[in-house]
Amino acid sequence: MSQSLVDDPAEAAPGLERPVEASRGPDPGRRVDVRRLLRFVVRRPGLLLSVVVLVLVVLASFRPGLFASQDPLRGVPSQNFRGPSGSHWFGTDELGRDVFSRVVHGAQLSLKATLIAVLVAFVVGGLLGVVAGFVGRWVDDVLMRFVDVLLAIPALFMSLALVTALGYGTVKVAVAVGIASVAAFARVARAEVLRVRQAVFVEASRASGARWYSVLGRHVLPNAAGPVIVLATLDFGSSILAVSALSFLGYGAPPPAPEWGTLISDGRNYLANAWWLTALPGLAIAATVLATNRIARALDGEWSRQR
Amino acid sequence: MRRYVIKRLAQAVGVLWAAYTVSFLVLDYLPGDPVTAMAGAGMDSGQVDPKQIAALRHEYGFDKPVVVQYAEYLGRAARGDFGDAVSTGRPVTSTLADALPQTLQLTGAALLLAVVLGGGLAVLATYTAQRWLRQLLLSLPPLGVSVPTFWVGLLLVETFSFRLHWFPAFGNDGPKGLVLPALTLAVPTGAQVAQVLAKSLLTALDQAYVETARAKGADRWRVHLRHALRNASLPALTVVGLLVGQLIAGSVVVETVFSRDGLGRVTAAAVTAQDIPLVQGVVVFGALIFVTTNLVIDLVYPLLDPRVVVASDRRAALA
Repeated sequence: MSQSLVDDPAEAAPGLERPVEASRGPDPGRRVDVRRLLRFVVRRPGLLLSVVVLVLVVLASFRPGLFASQDPLRGVPSQNFRGPSGSHWFGTDELGRDVFSRVVHGAQLSLKATLIAVLVAFVVGGLLGVVAGFVGRWVDDVLMRFVDVLLAIPALFMSLALVTALGYGTVKVAVAVGIASVAAFARVARAEVLRVRQAVFVEASRASGARWYSVLGRHVLPNAAGPVIVLATLDFGSSILAVSALSFLGYGAPPPAPEWGTLISDGRNYLANAWWLTALPGLAIAATVLATNRIARALDGEWSRQR
Repeated sequence: MRRYVIKRLAQAVGVLWAAYTVSFLVLDYLPGDPVTAMAGAGMDSGQVDPKQIAALRHEYGFDKPVVVQYAEYLGRAARGDFGDAVSTGRPVTSTLADALPQTLQLTGAALLLAVVLGGGLAVLATYTAQRWLRQLLLSLPPLGVSVPTFWVGLLLVETFSFRLHWFPAFGNDGPKGLVLPALTLAVPTGAQVAQVLAKSLLTALDQAYVETARAKGADRWRVHLRHALRNASLPALTVVGLLVGQLIAGSVVVETVFSRDGLGRVTAAAVTAQDIPLVQGVVVFGALIFVTTNLVIDLVYPLLDPRVVVASDRRAALA
């Protein structure tokens, strides 16, 4: 998945080379150029590290067995509260379960929730923004007033209200987090659509008799997508934080499941004698969020540089 | 000016009304049958008496059409009555009012810390001529927004309470108990303040008036603080409204970590008990805080930056 995040600007490239869009000026830097992309990444050690971290996390969520051979749910009671060591990288918990293996297996739950959250925000927010920006007039006014209201309710309160209404569980928490960040997506998508709509090539395609849906699908959406995708990468990081906060508060998956926030909340009871139960799973969250934020920053910079 | 004030006030009331409507849709309409949820929440067996449900349904007005319910609820909410909390039976408004002072202390201290630390960081990072120091300082805010708040809190407790015994780990007692929670809550907020302020400081330092001040021979600190910072802090002020809302919401996590009494813990307990009236009160209160802070900022802004009102008056004159 990190691969696709990094490739996004490159993937958008073919669409941008169509003759109609060429009226925005030739853009030689937009071709699919793997070597250039590699050079871009390798020249930034922090970015390279972020990509590596994210690839590892994604791998862990698909094939946890690659990293952790021990069962995340079964513990050896005689081996409880062992500190970090060669055989137990992150130590063991109160039941003698290997914490590293729990973190690795937890990646799946936490990433799934995060992906759902980003997807909900992206689809719902993007749709609101595109409709508002493309239709304009009173539709724009109504939708954007609604978005302003969503912004007025603090995101966590919004998520908590949705959790109260929907109930507990990983997916419900994910949806709640996603809805809470709809507003940001709607704003960015609308701003982009408005910007692209005024471009000369859109006017030209309209004047030459293109239908509204082909103008939208072929010209407006591909050109408006960039900043929204950057926002999605950024939102990925903040969704990990929001999802883990909600599962820390106890609204996520029920106890035996090793969701990242739940792990820390469990470890909290043994804070005085087993620091690794909270510190190390938290490190996994922080590293993942840092990595996605760094990548988002690189995408953002790349985007504006290539304009 | 009066026109500007009235317009802003009307907008604020409009947003509050809409926020209430959203919370009504989410909490009273979405669950399908909130009464079963509420009645079930109070019982362990899951056995709910149908008669009791009917009584509850009547009491909360759920036997009426949605529109009528909404109108009645809105009328009461406008008078500050959000009904009674299901779990305790106490009025929502007084439950929130009792919890508020502790949380205001916490968020106030956190906001102060965030502005002082985040602002100081931004000023220092843009002032220093040392490249490494600037890079180091500017790498801190991205770190601050990437770490989970509850994790920071637990690490602080583990280090400063259990190892060093400097501060109490839990509870509400005294200013000493406020240090760690406020610091925890200030981390993400301070990081955001630093990011916004550093950016607008860099923009301000590129402006012609900075050049003029330098050319006139003002020393670097003076130019940096009196000229650049003054102008740069205006854009930063506009995010404070957002940050205050975040701080209030962040108290849910921080108060849970430190077992402090306050609005945040009331909220967490309300969500756990599926106490719909109480959660609704909290959501609307969050919106109220956001709207009021932004209203105050909007009203203070023209005093700090006269160009704002001039612009809006001119538009009014044209209309």
